[in-house]
Amino acid sequence: MSAARSGATGAVAGQGRMGRFVDWVDERFPLTAMIKEHATEYYAAKSFNVWYVFGVLALVVLILQFVTGIFLTMNYKPSAEDAFASVEYIMREVEWGWLIRYMHSTGASMFFVVVYLHMFRGLMYGSYKAPRELLWIVGMLIYLALMAEAFMGYLLPWGQMSYWGAQVIVSLFGAVPVVGDGLVEWIRGDYFISDITLNRFFALHVVAVPLALLLLVVVHILALHTTGSLNPDGIEIKEKKGPDGIPLDGVAFHPYHTSKDLVAIIVFAIVFAAVLFFAPEMGGYFLEHANFEPANLLKTPEHIAPVWYFTPFYAILRAVPSKGWGAFLMLAAIVFLFLLPWLDRCKVKSIRYRGWQFKVALAAFAASFVALGYLGLQPATPMVNQAARFFTIVYFAFFLLMPVYTSRERTKPVPERVVYHGHE
Amino acid sequence: MSEEASASRRHFLTVATTVTGVVGLALTAAPFIASFRPSTRARALGAPVTVDISKLDAGSMVRVVWRGQPVWVLHRSEDMLQRLAGQKSPLKDPDSAKSIQPEYARNATRSLRPEYLVVIGNCTHLGCAPLERFEVAPADLGPDWVGGFFCPCHGSKFDLAARVKDDGSPAPTNLTVPPHRFVGNDLIIVGEDTTGASA
Amino acid sequence: MVSNLMKNSLRSGLAALAGALALAAALPAAASGGGGGFQQPANNDVSNVASLQRGARNFVNYCQGCHSAKYVRYNQLAKDLGMTEEQVIANLMFGAAKPTETMDIAMRPADGLRWFGIAPPDLSLMARSKGADYIFNFLRTFYLDPKRPAGVNNLTLPNTAMPHVLWELQGLRTAVFEEEEHDGIRRVVFRKFEEVAPGKLSPAEFDEFARDTVNFLDYIAEPMQLKRQSLGVLVIAFLLVFGIFAYLLKQEIWKDVK
Repeated sequence: MSAARSGATGAVAGQGRMGRFVDWVDERFPLTAMIKEHATEYYAAKSFNVWYVFGVLALVVLILQFVTGIFLTMNYKPSAEDAFASVEYIMREVEWGWLIRYMHSTGASMFFVVVYLHMFRGLMYGSYKAPRELLWIVGMLIYLALMAEAFMGYLLPWGQMSYWGAQVIVSLFGAVPVVGDGLVEWIRGDYFISDITLNRFFALHVVAVPLALLLLVVVHILALHTTGSLNPDGIEIKEKKGPDGIPLDGVAFHPYHTSKDLVAIIVFAIVFAAVLFFAPEMGGYFLEHANFEPANLLKTPEHIAPVWYFTPFYAILRAVPSKGWGAFLMLAAIVFLFLLPWLDRCKVKSIRYRGWQFKVALAAFAASFVALGYLGLQPATPMVNQAARFFTIVYFAFFLLMPVYTSRERTKPVPERVVYHGHE
Repeated sequence: MSEEASASRRHFLTVATTVTGVVGLALTAAPFIASFRPSTRARALGAPVTVDISKLDAGSMVRVVWRGQPVWVLHRSEDMLQRLAGQKSPLKDPDSAKSIQPEYARNATRSLRPEYLVVIGNCTHLGCAPLERFEVAPADLGPDWVGGFFCPCHGSKFDLAARVKDDGSPAPTNLTVPPHRFVGNDLIIVGEDTTGASA
Repeated sequence: MVSNLMKNSLRSGLAALAGALALAAALPAAASGGGGGFQQPANNDVSNVASLQRGARNFVNYCQGCHSAKYVRYNQLAKDLGMTEEQVIANLMFGAAKPTETMDIAMRPADGLRWFGIAPPDLSLMARSKGADYIFNFLRTFYLDPKRPAGVNNLTLPNTAMPHVLWELQGLRTAVFEEEEHDGIRRVVFRKFEEVAPGKLSPAEFDEFARDTVNFLDYIAEPMQLKRQSLGVLVIAFLLVFGIFAYLLKQEIWKDVK
């Protein structure tokens, strides 16, 4: 029985030259121990559904961005004078440069698609609850780092939207009381967004934030492996182990989840390829039209909007008439996410067994996030602002009222073992 | 399905998936590796250079730049060619066996046509630019000097076919001849052979 | 020194100016109002090489006097348009440039600023930032307007600084505007064009001319677009095969899990 669920560990050790080489390494580095602990003897529930692929997809996109980013850096010139032309140089004159560029731009947007779905999985199945609070916090830090990385990366092509988008976002920091204006100047390194700002954003985008991201992702995975993965039923599978010490509902990560994830990665790759090869601009959402015009400090584009993945927060910012309070609310919108493990009072983890209150609240939250995203893309008409205000209230109500409605949930009984129907 | 059949099906699928995956990885890596090749701009900037020799007098030399290097075109006079043929100094590489030049420049005059010497003006020792010393028997170069090039950095001496002399000159080989071809009598294209192939 | 190309196009540009002003002097004033009329989709086909070749010819003869395409190399153009380098030199290059060089112009931005109030933008990426349809309509919706310095205005880009370079081909016309009232707001709305003088091309021929030109601009904005699409088919086909193997392997590995 357990043989059907455990990984292939004995295959290599001690057999022939390869086995002796592995033994030599193992005496000096915990190679086999790590492979066992994190892959072949790491047990995760057999009942994972499609919502569980987005973590590994995020890792794949991270690696893709690293590789394509390195190759872009070989030909990109981080100066106000040369940046725009160097991107066209990559597109037209570097062999396969266009492919590398499109991979990176598509990857940036797909990163957020995957991460938002990954986070939503967490909300649905209670992945943020004890004992996984730290896992959730680290994940939120990754999200913050990702937003910083995307924001700084977007300045690099030095197009009209690059410049004016950065102008708007950087000036937001002026809303900080007392130190605001000094802070803005400190960030820019100049009195306006200039070549100096571009160069330092380049250093941060290529070196500093990627290193931080890498570190955070390693911590994230280690934290996950410490508590063990959850599952769609919200059950802790380590509480029910067989005589061999293996969780009854678990299967070894390798080869079970690795083979499953490979299928998911290929499906994702097909979607990714469809975008890259047939619609890399995605109607102006992945590569904005205004950015095919070099930055012109004297000409503001008709319609400045951040890239689509920032628009929910942008809508919240614009919904408030005061710049200071708008920026504060925008920040609060993200900070509240950090507090989820402590705002949610319900003991039941998975939405499958929670009360209707949480289901309604989560649906409303998701709807408001999407609606705010759409509104953030529109020009700021009075009607748009009204709608944005309404959905901002819904968004914050999800968090502010959570301690109340989650302590009164009429939950369903949680099963002892995971619900798994096998594969057709 | 029996245990063995199942195991062999699994083995087949593992192999098939792995092989396809490795092929896919290789195909994905290929564009990245290819991106290292010289870009269109590099090839444009490294394109062959046209030199107008219609007004180049016998005994004169013109300098151009090709692929970041100085290229000299020397119009050797009848007198210079005779001096070259009669020069007696021992040479390190008289047959240009160790030096770099196209096949058609591996001859006594190291050129396509005897009158025109086309060389890269970098001393093969450490890269300094040799000076043109076409006069006969100047004071500093001695009575046996019948014309050639003299490198001021470490004293390498070359004859009128840019061959290095075996007299203590530290340069190991003759000056390099780049691929080149003639267009009629007025033009030399540096960087291209008569086959039309670029270097 | 001003290249021959510059001289030719500047000459035709100035001729357009003179002609337009002369004719416009006798015409009633046209109001400069917004107008969505006459906007058509470009319907250009980037895979039509003959159209691209005509577009290239149109570009170098009518546009390149003032507008550069500085990210395009002549020899790349030759390859993509199925022309030899000699053909490109003979038909598309009027100055002293070499085929390996880019489609620059001699006009300096400072001069453009002085002459037109704005330096004529480089057109390499115009089709990606504004769209093929926009440029197509821009070329087609010039009309006489004596209030403007160049004597012409444009429905697609009101108060454009660009003269009507193609006036000889399209002919000259005025725009008729009418006042409309909606919800108590009075607006001036475009109604129709009225021909003043015919051009060398019929309206259908001129549309074809504009379409070819826009097609060329569409191509230079992203020269590799056709290759990108054909490669995409191969990549997705490969991924489907790979996916089938991976799925079958996954099913096999999981079949004993209950």
